[in-house]
Amino acid sequence: MARLQLHNLEKTYGNGFRAVHGINLDIEEGEFMVFVGPSGCAKSTTLRMIAGLEEISSGEVRIGDRIVNDLQPGKRHIAMVFQNYALYPHMKVRSNLSFGLRLAGVPKAERAKAVDEVARILEIEPLLDRLPKQLSGGQAQRVALGRALIKKPEVFLFDEPLSNLDAKLRASMRVRITDLHRRLKAEGKASTVVYVTHDQTEAMTMGDRICVMQSGHIMQVATPKVLYDQPANLFVAGFIGSPEMNLIDGRLTGNAFTTGAQQIDLPPHLMARLSSYPKEAVLGIRPQHLRLATSGLTATLRNVEFMGHEVYLYANLEGTDVVCVASTAEFDAMDRSADRLTLQPDPAHMHIFDRESGANVSLPRGAA
Amino acid sequence: MTQITDTSLDFARTQASARIRKARINAVIRYVILGLVGLVMLYPLIWLVGASFKTNSEIFANPGFLPHEPTADGYIEGWKTSTPYTFGTFFLNSFKIILPKVIGTVISCTFVAYGFARFEFPFKKILFGSVIAILLLPNVVTRIPQYILFRDLGWLDSFLPLWVPSALAGDAFFVFMLVQFLRAIPGDMEEAARVDGANSWQTLVFIVVPMLAPALISVALFQFMWTMNDFLGPLIYISSVDKYPVSLALKLSIDTTEAFAWNRILAMSVLTITPALAVFFAAQKYFIEGISAGGIKG
Repeated sequence: MARLQLHNLEKTYGNGFRAVHGINLDIEEGEFMVFVGPSGCAKSTTLRMIAGLEEISSGEVRIGDRIVNDLQPGKRHIAMVFQNYALYPHMKVRSNLSFGLRLAGVPKAERAKAVDEVARILEIEPLLDRLPKQLSGGQAQRVALGRALIKKPEVFLFDEPLSNLDAKLRASMRVRITDLHRRLKAEGKASTVVYVTHDQTEAMTMGDRICVMQSGHIMQVATPKVLYDQPANLFVAGFIGSPEMNLIDGRLTGNAFTTGAQQIDLPPHLMARLSSYPKEAVLGIRPQHLRLATSGLTATLRNVEFMGHEVYLYANLEGTDVVCVASTAEFDAMDRSADRLTLQPDPAHMHIFDRESGANVSLPRGAA
Repeated sequence: MTQITDTSLDFARTQASARIRKARINAVIRYVILGLVGLVMLYPLIWLVGASFKTNSEIFANPGFLPHEPTADGYIEGWKTSTPYTFGTFFLNSFKIILPKVIGTVISCTFVAYGFARFEFPFKKILFGSVIAILLLPNVVTRIPQYILFRDLGWLDSFLPLWVPSALAGDAFFVFMLVQFLRAIPGDMEEAARVDGANSWQTLVFIVVPMLAPALISVALFQFMWTMNDFLGPLIYISSVDKYPVSLALKLSIDTTEAFAWNRILAMSVLTITPALAVFFAAQKYFIEGISAGGIKG
């Protein structure tokens, strides 16, 4: 268990392409940190730099109190789980698990004991004498997890470990991994975890904190709740949450927000919070916080998706596509004779973004 | 209703049996053609084996491959040869070349291919380009410079010129074949091994070589067969009869006293191709796997 610190970490490739732009990040001992972002946002590159599989162009990676920039991956006290398992195809599961210990010169009896312990935790005892090709995807992933776990690393790195599994298995493995981390943490034996994924459900459900990345920059680092309730910028606002947050272009005029020909008054507490007063602004409101009402913004209904307990209403508001989540009861009570919707944003959950910089200017004082 | 069902069932049965009969006829025709073509291709070999048991006069009198009066005379006399040495000596000579050459090729080509496929180093492109250039260069072009080089090294009339270059990854074809094979293997296993604490050598020995095994078996097989069949190399570098490998020894029996003892020559030819055939059939499975996985047609 150790603290992991990234300081001005940069990656520039031989062709001059700058993949990672000076990342600074502190990950606490035993913390479960998730890197999330769209493909090509350099989250995997960053992880590989921490692992030592990718050269660090500048900056430093610190595990515990050691700078590990120039250490071989094997000497960094890390373990890694790869997306496609990367099990050694010619070795039985048992040898796959103990390979690292064997290289480290751990005596045979001790290795066998460690293998048995890990196999018990991950319930892979019946698989120990099989070859990787005789395993299913979920079993192979558990073995890969075991191979990392057996080393009792200080930092545990996951590179999209669940993306090759089907949806159902992914959900159960997700629970298994977080459960394991929680259990080990309670015993004081948990490693610090860095978990890379492009799946926001994984990020939201697994992470103690989430680091949202885009094009080699960190956009926001926060707990899942803060990320959802107080997105720091337009990118995070649009990336986290499903369906996506409605982002409506417009202007601030006095105490009101104007989009096209329509205007909506902003609540005084929101106005009081504004850290700046951008003329060109974007109003952010989650579909769940956009209510059907008798007064408010008028939009043209385009499409309706019935989800069971709720209904997604897709509409066009002054040229911007918006989504509103309504309960089935609300939908039933709605007047559907005209294709007009009247929408009222929940004043407690409105965000104002500066269109130019993308920053959320309506964050509560003291929030990240 | 029942009648209709019965009729349609009968109809279906007739149809099905007609289909099965047609499939059987097709299979018979297919196998007869395959068998005939196979026989045509194998006939010279079968004739060779048959003729080696004939007497010298029967070889020319009887066009069939079954000898009328089988005799092992060709083998007994052929083995003795016209020289002071038996064919055993020549076989031993062949293996003195083949063994270091095959082992050396497998080890050295693995190292070189691993380097090219997995590491970045200065002038890599130029060096790999020159490997390919060597691959394209006709062998004949380098014969004379090589001969002069080995003469200056004092290696003439020894086995060294025949195996040392290959044992130092001198065969560009094998290097290229292994590089292609390695490129097809994802690097993840090797990265996992590095995270597990393996250095480059340990990764090579514990992870890469086992995955490369089919390709390495093909390399060993190719090298074995080509060396066994190599005639020009020994002809150029070996001058003492006691160092002749089998390929030269066979020729030896043709141009000297035994010019007309064809049964002996054929008998020894059969013995000469036996090791290559045996090795090929024993390792056939890996051999084909290696060629296809390497993306190179043998």
